[in-house]
Amino acid sequence: MTSLILKRLGIGLVTVLAVSLIIFFGTKILPGDAAQIRLGQSATPENVAAFRARLGLDKPYIVQYLVWLKNFMMGDLGTSLASDVPISDLIADRYKNTVFVSALTAAIGVPISLALGIMAAMYPGTLYDRVLTLVSVSLVAAPEFFTATLLVLLFVFVLGIGNAIVVGSTEGKGLFELIAHFALPITTLCFVIASQLIRMSRAAVLNVMSSPYIEMAILKGVPRRRIIFRHALLNAIGPIVNVVALNLAYLVTGVIVVEVYFGYNGLATLIVQGVQTRDYVLIQGLGMIFCLTYVILMLIADIAAFASNARLRHPK
Amino acid sequence: MARKSDSNDVIFEARDLKINAVRDDGSELPIVKGVDFKVRRGEVVALIGESGSGKTTISLAALGYCKPGLKFAGGEALLNGENVTAMDTEALRPIRGEKVAYLAQSAAATFNPSILINEQVTEAPVIHGSKTREQADAKALSLYKALELPDPENIGARYPHQVSGGQLQRLMAAMALCGEPDLLVLDEPTTALDVTTQIEVLKAFKQVIKEEGAAAIYVTHDLAVVAQVADHIVVLYNGEIKEAGPVETIIHKSEHPYTKRLMAAIKPLPEPGLGEASNHEHMRDAPALVARNIDAGYGKGADGAPKTMVLRDVNVAIERGKTVGIIGESGCGKSTLARVFAGLLPPSAGDLELDGHPVAPNLAARTRDELRRVQFVYQMADTALNPRQRINDILGRPLEFYGGLTGARKAERINELLEMVEMPPPFAERFPHELSGGQKQRINLARALAAEPEVVLCDEVTSALDTIVGANVIELLKSLRRETGVSFVFISHDLSTVASFADEIVVLYAGRVAEQGPTDKVLSPPYHPYTRLLISSVPEMRTGWLEDTVASQETITGMTGGVELTDIGCPFFARCPLAIEGTCDITAPPRRIEGEDHVIECHREVDELLGGG
Repeated sequence: MTSLILKRLGIGLVTVLAVSLIIFFGTKILPGDAAQIRLGQSATPENVAAFRARLGLDKPYIVQYLVWLKNFMMGDLGTSLASDVPISDLIADRYKNTVFVSALTAAIGVPISLALGIMAAMYPGTLYDRVLTLVSVSLVAAPEFFTATLLVLLFVFVLGIGNAIVVGSTEGKGLFELIAHFALPITTLCFVIASQLIRMSRAAVLNVMSSPYIEMAILKGVPRRRIIFRHALLNAIGPIVNVVALNLAYLVTGVIVVEVYFGYNGLATLIVQGVQTRDYVLIQGLGMIFCLTYVILMLIADIAAFASNARLRHPK
Repeated sequence: MARKSDSNDVIFEARDLKINAVRDDGSELPIVKGVDFKVRRGEVVALIGESGSGKTTISLAALGYCKPGLKFAGGEALLNGENVTAMDTEALRPIRGEKVAYLAQSAAATFNPSILINEQVTEAPVIHGSKTREQADAKALSLYKALELPDPENIGARYPHQVSGGQLQRLMAAMALCGEPDLLVLDEPTTALDVTTQIEVLKAFKQVIKEEGAAAIYVTHDLAVVAQVADHIVVLYNGEIKEAGPVETIIHKSEHPYTKRLMAAIKPLPEPGLGEASNHEHMRDAPALVARNIDAGYGKGADGAPKTMVLRDVNVAIERGKTVGIIGESGCGKSTLARVFAGLLPPSAGDLELDGHPVAPNLAARTRDELRRVQFVYQMADTALNPRQRINDILGRPLEFYGGLTGARKAERINELLEMVEMPPPFAERFPHELSGGQKQRINLARALAAEPEVVLCDEVTSALDTIVGANVIELLKSLRRETGVSFVFISHDLSTVASFADEIVVLYAGRVAEQGPTDKVLSPPYHPYTRLLISSVPEMRTGWLEDTVASQETITGMTGGVELTDIGCPFFARCPLAIEGTCDITAPPRRIEGEDHVIECHREVDELLGGG
């Protein structure tokens, strides 16, 4: 199993490297010169050239890439072209917001979704199962801004609670204040991840429930709850953790629509700003952070799946 | 732990038991049409019949259980006088695993892969509260010992994949017996096993059933196995009882035509002369397929050789129109050899020739014409046929791909192919799931023949089929061989089937050829100790055979050792009654050639082999 994990780790590293190449050279082929952007239209060619040399932009691309990669590994993401602030400072602030919302969403959404999905698998074909399937399929089909709009209409305009816009400082607020502050975006995100989690956990458990060893457990007189929790779940962990990890990665990296909709300052809005100001150093840094988040979460999911597999844990 | 035995003590009784299948549209189809029989304490009643006879469905009724899509439609199944068909799941739970226990065909599928063996074995009595954990563990240990499992103190602390198939089958018996049930239901518990393993398991089952004083329902299609374990036989056909009575009566004096058909389908013992010499009109100079000095295995090792060597130095020549049978226990490399022939697994050493010309070892490098010459027929027709394609498309695809046939000519050829495998033309419009197991296997064969191949590789093609259906498929293969001149490679762990069909036999043991030659020379008399063990393990249809066989020296030695893939010495050393210490375990056996075409790999001289048992 150790060799399997090392192999996954190796694949993860290769992925990160490949993505770093794409990110670096992808931003290079964008039109516009960083020095020119930074200094503005009025700068003299001499100034621009001098600034280029200072940024190292006069060196061959491959050297620039290696320097950038080295700096990235040392934790130095460079300086923003738009604001002259270190990228790591820019990101650190936003990262807290995003991670807070993601973690709360995960803490609320994942257990509820898995419980609903597993219950549907326990009673397949019942009214409960069919209603849940209908709701989760509808949620998949509904775009995030639609769900968000419905929630805002209901809570802010009809019931008069919650915030339609959650921009502003989170400093100095207690946990409950924060939760109330972020209630609507978190609820929207919960709906988004719930549909896939419900459907996948239901399918994973149902798949195991049709295996002969479950029939054997029934014929041994094992109670239904024990069949699900002792016999079936153990064998469904692999696929379930994978879906959970994919959804967590989505929460960190892919919530642009929700962040923009509620106007809160997370990583996704930061990358939108980076694109608007052509701050490619910022885009590179964020790209790498998103990529690392994905790779690390998937690695954790793989290790969890390996660890839940008796054949891998205890080879012959 | 034997209980007081009273022969009139009825444990289970089926009274006019009826079970229906429920179709999608809600209509019902009778599957079991009113069945009556009794099982008394200490008695083993065998339910025999082909698949579709309802035998498994009836046996599950003893647990008050219907497979999804079935329902009880009338009558009673009385366990200790209580009608289990009328109970709901909650009322049945305390009975299942406690009063009646089930043993399925495949232990490998029946054990939960993620839970330790001991927890699964002791689960029923512990959750039912009839035993404390300590008592259940003690009971399990005594059962492991009674079932002659190796290392009984520690075997329960392993996961199912860490023990062998035969051991798992016996552990399933321990799981069923741990709650000390009054009735055991055994559903084809040895069908999936090698003959050599089957003996061990049958012996253990029989002994334990006797010691525990339980009653049993034994479901099987194998009359020879029934003769070893059962007291009474119930013959089922199409959900009805055709005949019932004591074993001796049914086996020796049965007058019923269906029972007679079942008996006729019993494979004869592998005997000399059964290998049917085929005609020579298709013979040409070059054999259809030659494999020379083949080494093959899986994974990648250090020096470019496979990590796990499966085949070592195998030589086979398949003459035109002839059949080569490949036999051996599971894991001996039979299927790997077929994959090498087909180009699915390039050998790590050795050469392949088609029709006298060298051919690429891997599939991708072969020309279309070379691909056409070698076709594969898989064991599981169910999974080999695309469920979403009609028979038309399944057969039409190779016709287009290899022969370039389209339109009317293709349709005509499909009809011819169906005719060849004795199926009526309207079947071309059907989907695979509309066919029976035997019919699917025929389509599977027709698909291979559509390419007009020279060699057809048949991997256990009858193993998943019932005796009667399997016998019909063999008949079909024989007539195809006569008519088409196609060569067959016939892989099976079933010696009798191979013997009745093959011109030449290759006996594989742990990836090496133990013995090889014309069927009659290999089998009469069997020279190699391993061939001998295989033949003596095929059950005979007489009571007492099991006891006679397990007492013989050959079987005792053969059962104690395990199969090892060794680099040095003879792999059969640990199980061989004629093994020479200091020689067989150190030096690879020499290749002796008897006559001109009979190869025996053994340290013993041929005279010694004949005298040695």
